[in-house]
Amino acid sequence: MARQFSVRHQRGFTTIALICFFLLYLPIATLVVYAFNAGSTVGTWEGFSLRWFEAAWENTRIIDATLRSLTIAPIAALIATAAATMAALATTRTAPYPGLTFKYAFINQPLMVPEIVTAVALLVVFSQVKVWTGYSGLGYLIMAHAAFCIPFAYLPIRARLETMDLTLERAAADLYARPWRVFRRVTLPLMWPGILAGFMLAFVVSLDDVVITEFVKSAGQDTLPTYMLGQLRRAVTPEMNAISTVFLALSVAVVSLFFFLSRKKT
Amino acid sequence: MPSPAAAIDARGVSKVFRGDGSADLKALDDVSVTIRENEFFTLLGPSGCGKTTLLRLIAGFEFPTEGTIRLYDQDIALLPPYLRPVNTVFQSYALFPHMTVGQNIGFGLEMQDKPKREVAARVDEMLRLVRMEDLKDRLTSQISGGQQQRVALARALAPAPKVLLLDEPLSALDLKLRKEMQIELKRLQTETGITFVFVTHDQEEALTMSDRIAVMSKGRILQVGTPRDIYDHPEQRFVADFIGEANLMTGEIAATTADVAQVRLVSGAAISATLPAEARPTGKVTVMVRPEHAEIVASTASATLTGTLESTVYFGTDTHFNVRLADGTAFVVRRQNDRKEGRQLDPGTPVGVLLAERAAQVLRD
Repeated sequence: MARQFSVRHQRGFTTIALICFFLLYLPIATLVVYAFNAGSTVGTWEGFSLRWFEAAWENTRIIDATLRSLTIAPIAALIATAAATMAALATTRTAPYPGLTFKYAFINQPLMVPEIVTAVALLVVFSQVKVWTGYSGLGYLIMAHAAFCIPFAYLPIRARLETMDLTLERAAADLYARPWRVFRRVTLPLMWPGILAGFMLAFVVSLDDVVITEFVKSAGQDTLPTYMLGQLRRAVTPEMNAISTVFLALSVAVVSLFFFLSRKKT
Repeated sequence: MPSPAAAIDARGVSKVFRGDGSADLKALDDVSVTIRENEFFTLLGPSGCGKTTLLRLIAGFEFPTEGTIRLYDQDIALLPPYLRPVNTVFQSYALFPHMTVGQNIGFGLEMQDKPKREVAARVDEMLRLVRMEDLKDRLTSQISGGQQQRVALARALAPAPKVLLLDEPLSALDLKLRKEMQIELKRLQTETGITFVFVTHDQEEALTMSDRIAVMSKGRILQVGTPRDIYDHPEQRFVADFIGEANLMTGEIAATTADVAQVRLVSGAAISATLPAEARPTGKVTVMVRPEHAEIVASTASATLTGTLESTVYFGTDTHFNVRLADGTAFVVRRQNDRKEGRQLDPGTPVGVLLAERAAQVLRD
């Protein structure tokens, strides 16, 4: 009997799949479990307790870093999404022409250039700008985050636009809608799920960034991830696990929320 | 009766799509046509003949390279679509998927900043017109293809355009629904009194619905006329071939009077044939006869044409007789079937062909 090729019947498939799942989820599961450890190590279980969550909540430096992360991420994501929306409109509304692929690559620079290179480059440029202007606020971090978030916002928006029927805009114009109203009433609502996906992705990517933040931040501008990195250089307590667990819950919540929203709106 | 006003008057319209380098595409080549007020006008032709381009020029999605397009007394050739009192029913319907049926229909009026109450009243009126009152609050993805078609029509008719453009709107429907919609479209056109410009490649659709048809090929309009004119008196070989079936024979003009010529066929038989408008051909010409405008008889004695019956094909409603004429040309005769069996004609036997009055038409070269 001729059976169709199925990777599931290949030898070792189940084993490899299980190993992958364990590698992906076991460390995270362990981390979450030890967040509730009553003891002060991340290796020996001494009973259930919420003390590390309380400790983290009372640690002003953690709250400070968290608030900073939550300031940078939405602003950077907003800027990146706005720029990505315009870029996506500009790159999908034309017939393919030589150089278009190059333009895609150009927009997606942060996906190609190693992050550490960008980080060093930004450090050099921004330190010079700091000298000239005397300004050393959060603006640098926001700008840097907005820049590397653009491709993450751009890709889902472009994907959405590529599947959109251009006849709809033509139909709107035929029904007396001027260009701006065509955009407001037809184009924007139809690309909205893409924009939302782009924003969420940019938000999460910004929230998560360590490398560029570490290089660009001025003194006292720790975000949650760079604060955690700093703490790991010292003794590791379940406090880190507690923060990570909250962080994880937050990310899952954001992604689930988006999933829910995008399913309702098609 | 005064001659009806011209709704659309296109003069010398050409449209060239610039290709890469030398590969320019001339989609329309010096087209002039007048579409009258309140008429159901069809642009008929194979794909690539320029019919959709002409429609887009009228809608404003493309602009002519040369020529003028007048809508009543206004030159609209260079106006953007949102400034033209012309609406389109798209082949893909192009209904807004994020709006309900009612919102789709009201969109045009809303964009004209009509008061809300007026829009609502007009939407209800349109829903009644296309018999879709129950589906007002559905999303367009929740209704069938035939219903989408009606919504597309209602949406385009709601702003009461001066001209309604229809771009092969029935091509996505199955045969039964298509027949229904043909009748429906004709009813809507009569009830609203709006000028319809209909694009299709389906000759039957064109013949059944149109007041007048323009047959197009390779960016030109070959002939404009009523369905009867176009079918009975095609003036060019392309028109004769594209619409229905045609028997073509060669002959020589022997004599002409007003619009009829005496043509001597190669076989020696002389027939009278209608001449194309404003044409006085001489010498060798091609003559066309529709298969159902000829009659097949067993005796060759008094027949206009003689030949041998090669085969007969039964089609239910009618029967086709494939005849090889004495001079070698193939000739098809179609006979309506009735309950009587009649006398059977056997393949291989000599037969005669009689032509109906004014059955033959002389074609332009």
